[in-house]
Amino acid sequence: MGVIDSALERPIPQGADQDAILRAVGSEINNQGFVIAKADKLFNWARSGSLWPMTFGLACCSIEMMHSAASRYDMDRYGMLFRPSPRQSDVMIVAGTLTNKMAPALRRVYDQMPEPRWVVSMGSCANGGGYYHYSYAVVRGCDRIVPVDVYVPGCPPTAEALIYGLLQLQKKIRRTATIARV
Amino acid sequence: MNETEIMIKSDEVFGDQSSLELMVVHLNNVGQSMGMTCGIVNREIEVMVKVSDVVAALTLLREDRQATFTQLIDLTAVDYPDRKSRFDIVYQLLSMQNNMRLRLVAKASEVQMVPSVTGVFMAANWAEREVWDMFGIFFSGHPDLRRLLTDYGFEGHPLRKDFPLTGHVEVRYDDTQRRVIKEPVSLVQEFRDFDFLSPWEGMHSDLVDSANGSGHDKTSK
Repeated sequence: MGVIDSALERPIPQGADQDAILRAVGSEINNQGFVIAKADKLFNWARSGSLWPMTFGLACCSIEMMHSAASRYDMDRYGMLFRPSPRQSDVMIVAGTLTNKMAPALRRVYDQMPEPRWVVSMGSCANGGGYYHYSYAVVRGCDRIVPVDVYVPGCPPTAEALIYGLLQLQKKIRRTATIARV
Repeated sequence: MNETEIMIKSDEVFGDQSSLELMVVHLNNVGQSMGMTCGIVNREIEVMVKVSDVVAALTLLREDRQATFTQLIDLTAVDYPDRKSRFDIVYQLLSMQNNMRLRLVAKASEVQMVPSVTGVFMAANWAEREVWDMFGIFFSGHPDLRRLLTDYGFEGHPLRKDFPLTGHVEVRYDDTQRRVIKEPVSLVQEFRDFDFLSPWEGMHSDLVDSANGSGHDKTSK
């Protein structure tokens, strides 16, 4: 994820500017043995740089979710590794149609995730029921069950769209100024 | 593709026309005692039978040396709410030996019990559970007749025509009770049903015309 300009909240591209900052940090560590940073910024850097999503595929959206994790788009580049256990995850991607029968299970998985935790709602069905909005068996939006941070539109959203949503989530995390749970 | 080519193609799928006719004649002979009536509809064999004779008919179709319909492909139901016996129970069978498919249909009313065919075809177990779930047709003698697809504690049978599309309850997480709860449905906007005529004008096929019933004939369109 590289070096981020804290004032502008935007990554500094590779080049002379970035090298200068890295060199300054490096020489500070060499001279003193430590660097001083703001604790919340450090935490946010660590949190946004290792978002581990919970593997929670519910329908066709999960196929696109797999694409974004596979070699072409490669979520690993952002430190995002899919975890098979909610206890090791930071973010849950609700990828697909959430049915009434699945809703208690989804909430249980969310409850098992450690704080801090985030939820990405992926696709029309998770956002608001989508095609199945008037169905007798489908939850009209997964925000009725869990609090959602980022909504990714699409049916299904492309792998790029999901990556973009996750980058938006990183940005949201970076803008949080709290350490403790709210 | 001209007419004969289409005929050849469909024969590959549905079986040879003459062999279908032979099979129908054979089935009418052996099934006469239990009131089986066989015919060919859209180049497919259709067998009508009384609902009480379903087990005997399926056993016959499976065991008969010439029929050999040894696979139950699907079991489902159709709801015709205007009819006195409102349900059609439909059994789709396959004979690998004859390369032939067959549809067995039995009419049942809302209160009528349908004998379970799990003793004849094990594959009917979950299919009958699904039909019970979706249509509320009770199968007597089924080993474990629970709902298959819908939510735990679901009320009603969704594929009945008189079941409202949106159902009766919806779920949400309640922060004070800390669990997912059920509430009566309240929609922000009602479902809008735009009932336009079919845009597929001039589309004729055997399947569509026969499905529409005898009221439509090709010359009047």
